[in-house]
Order: sequence, then structure tokens, then C-alpha cells
Amino acid sequence: MKIFIPTPLRPFAGSQSSIETDAPTIAAALDQLTSSHPDLKKHLFTPEGKVRAFVNLYLNDEDIRYLPEKEATAVRPTDTLSIIPSIAGGLPPRQ
Amino acid sequence: MTALHIPQSVFDSIRAHGEETYPHECCGALLGNATPEGWRVVSAVRAGNTRTDSAHNRYHIAPVEIVKIQRDARRQGLDIAGFYHSHPGHPARWSLTDLAEAHWLGCVYVITQVAHGKAAVTNAFLLAGPTEEDKHFEPEPIEIAK
Repeated sequence: MKIFIPTPLRPFAGSQSSIETDAPTIAAALDQLTSSHPDLKKHLFTPEGKVRAFVNLYLNDEDIRYLPEKEATAVRPTDTLSIIPSIAGGLPPRQ
Repeated sequence: MTALHIPQSVFDSIRAHGEETYPHECCGALLGNATPEGWRVVSAVRAGNTRTDSAHNRYHIAPVEIVKIQRDARRQGLDIAGFYHSHPGHPARWSLTDLAEAHWLGCVYVITQVAHGKAAVTNAFLLAGPTEEDKHFEPEPIEIAK
């Protein structure tokens, strides 16, 4: 499976825009990714090991939070995993 | 010193987007390439604002929309250079909400003030800092390419 690295995380992934893994599940793929690029870990996970709140993970076009098996979902070599930091903002209510 | 290099047509299109959605916020992505002189934007992609509950002062782009924008960008040999949004009736300065909810380090965030339905000032800010914990916005000059 190919993992697509977003622009802001590429400096921590050897400047690569995508990384191939041969892991059987999403969780194992993330393990492989952070084992080969340890600097990515703190950008993706809390100290407790949970995916950070502003990090969205999409298996193909599906948010993994809504997959029945979530990070334990099995993956195929043709799947893609996209790491998408949140995009939001705006004005405070009284500004 | 880096700058945001953006074609006039793209600059005009993001400002027009802010006028079209006024009094609501518009939002979208900027596609381009990183260079030693800063991001060179090639195109802008409009995105929907999912914050229909509070669209006059909030924006949020659905991540699945970014998955698709990123896929199209890759096919064109481009990267996501940053994002743009409008501040209806408020200055083109980043807000604390903008900073708190910005997570694309090294990317540019472009803000257009829309006053009475007309695009006024447009400013760009680079989200700088090595990590989420010490991120900050730095003004990024806008260089309009011919």
C-alpha cells in the first residue's frame, strides 16, 4: 500500500511524497512508516499513541474512523492511505 | 527572503470567490511547487465550506475533498502549497482561530478581507515552526506573476 505524505510532513519523511509499505493492516502500515521515519511519530500520534485529533487518515476515499475495524482494517497493495491534517479557521464570534 | 508567487489570474480568482460567497467565508486550496524563493502557485481549487452552521465566521474544508484535490494535484506534478479563505467584514489578518486550526506547517494561508461584498486587502502568511507546538504565522510577501 502506498502512503501519501502531505506537504508539511515531508521534511520528516526524507522529503518523499509517498512511501510504500507491505503491511497487512492500516495500523501495521503506520508502524512501518514511523519505524522507518521516527521523526514522523510525534506529528501523527499523541504521547499516548492515539492519532492526533487534527490528523485525518483516509484509506482510499474513506475516513478510517468510520471503517468497521478502523486502524485494524486489512489493506491491499493497491490501496492508498492519505494523511490529511485538518483545514479550518475563521473569526472569533465577537471579532 | 521568500514570497508567495502567484499568477494575476489566480490571485483575482480567489478574491472573486470571496465576493461570491459574501457574507459567508470562502475557502480553497492553492496548488504549486516549492522553490528556494518560496511557493510558486499555479492554480487555485475552490472548496466547499462545511461550516454551514456558522459560515459567516468559520470555514472548514472536508478532508475527503483534500484527498481528491491532492490526487488531482499529483497528476499535474503539483503540491498543495496552502489554502485561502475570506474574512467577510474583517481585516485580512490571521485570527487566533486561524492559528489554532492551521496544521499545514510550511504552507501559506491567504486571507482576503471582503468589505461590503467587495474584495479589499489580501495578505499571505506562512505557517512556520518545526512542530505543532511552536507554530506561528509569518507575513509572506505576495509577488504577482505576470
